[in-house]
Amino acid sequence: MDGLLTPALPLSARLPAAAQFHVQEVRGRPRRAGSIVDLIGNTPLVRLGQIDRETPGVEIWAKCEFANPGGSVKDRAAYRIIRDALSHGDLRPGVRLIDSTSGNTGIAYSLIGAAMGLPISLVMPSNVSNPRKQVTAAFGTELIFSDPMEGSDGAIVRAREIVEENPERWYYPNQYANESNWRAHYDGTGPEIIAQTEGRVTHFVTGIGTSGTVMGTSRRLHEYNPSIRCIGLQPDDAMHGLEGLKHIPSSIVPPIYDESVLDETLWLPTEDGWDMAERLASEEGLFVGHSSGANVAGARRVAKQLVAEGEEGVVVTVLCDRGDRYFAPLKWEKHYVW
Amino acid sequence: MATVRIPTPLRKYTQGQEEVSIEAGTVRDLITNLETSYPGISERICDDKGAVRRFVNIFVGEEDIRFLENLDTGVKDADEVSIVPAIAGGMK
Repeated sequence: MDGLLTPALPLSARLPAAAQFHVQEVRGRPRRAGSIVDLIGNTPLVRLGQIDRETPGVEIWAKCEFANPGGSVKDRAAYRIIRDALSHGDLRPGVRLIDSTSGNTGIAYSLIGAAMGLPISLVMPSNVSNPRKQVTAAFGTELIFSDPMEGSDGAIVRAREIVEENPERWYYPNQYANESNWRAHYDGTGPEIIAQTEGRVTHFVTGIGTSGTVMGTSRRLHEYNPSIRCIGLQPDDAMHGLEGLKHIPSSIVPPIYDESVLDETLWLPTEDGWDMAERLASEEGLFVGHSSGANVAGARRVAKQLVAEGEEGVVVTVLCDRGDRYFAPLKWEKHYVW
Repeated sequence: MATVRIPTPLRKYTQGQEEVSIEAGTVRDLITNLETSYPGISERICDDKGAVRRFVNIFVGEEDIRFLENLDTGVKDADEVSIVPAIAGGMK
């Protein structure tokens, strides 16, 4: 009843002291920005009101990471990696950033590089689809093509060769091992969730790719309130179709991944993620990618469990990017790797 | 016998082999015979109703069987059949 008695009190005055600290840090998205990079982060939090009608007493909310300028959650890590590399002198005049990706991280580096006047090179297999080439080349990024038969692993190997030939010319950020990756979420996504839920968040669920989002956000949420349950989500099998997510037992473990940070791991079938992505579009108006579908399917599973146990809760997850990034190639394009 | 290219995440069933040889007249036979030789592999490719999982693509030669006759697509002895999960991301 507190809220009814004190309607004029600002949000910060209704929160415990620890939460007030986070509110001060989170400034909100500026209405006017000096550069597109100032619009990275501070994404909206949206209630999934149709999905959580099935879990009375448990709310499901999602961070709209597709609202970042590059269209994905990867803007956060890429921007932090670049800023930290500039301040440490790893990126300096005469040095180009190089990475092996045709996906969201490549788009993020390309956009930030263009906006900040930094040269970017991306290595990708020559048979990736034209849209994937065009979306990064449009920002002025240099594209280097690797052997189409060797796939994305071949692109990684080629990027490493290029760096080894001329190490002083390149900065290779390796987001899987880069501390700036999870710190972007420790200083951004985590405090934003605390402020946007007014400290009410009880569960955080998200998929593991590089693990940056789940590591950084979970560390911050646990610092704020150790009883918040932080749950990492993985595909239930090595053979899966959840692009961007990693099945850790069959993969090279990202060096920044530390399982002890998590309270639980949730294993999700690909089909559950794909089905939920379709539901989010038709029922919530959120046309998002399969990894976002997987995240919400995971959040819903946690919410259902809480209902079954007679508990209430506020479950928060992440919408990583939009679905249109994954439009399948047309039939005549089908020999490309999308 | 047709040559079947096995993707990395399914090689645990084929003792690490990247390619195996399977006798088959159609893709459906090929999956059945693959299961006989490498138990457990077919449920990663097909769902419990026997349809190819939505995130799995099967190519006979260069052609996606969804654009041919799906599981009834014919397989000849010299054909190369590829099983490919529908994601672009790598294993790192």
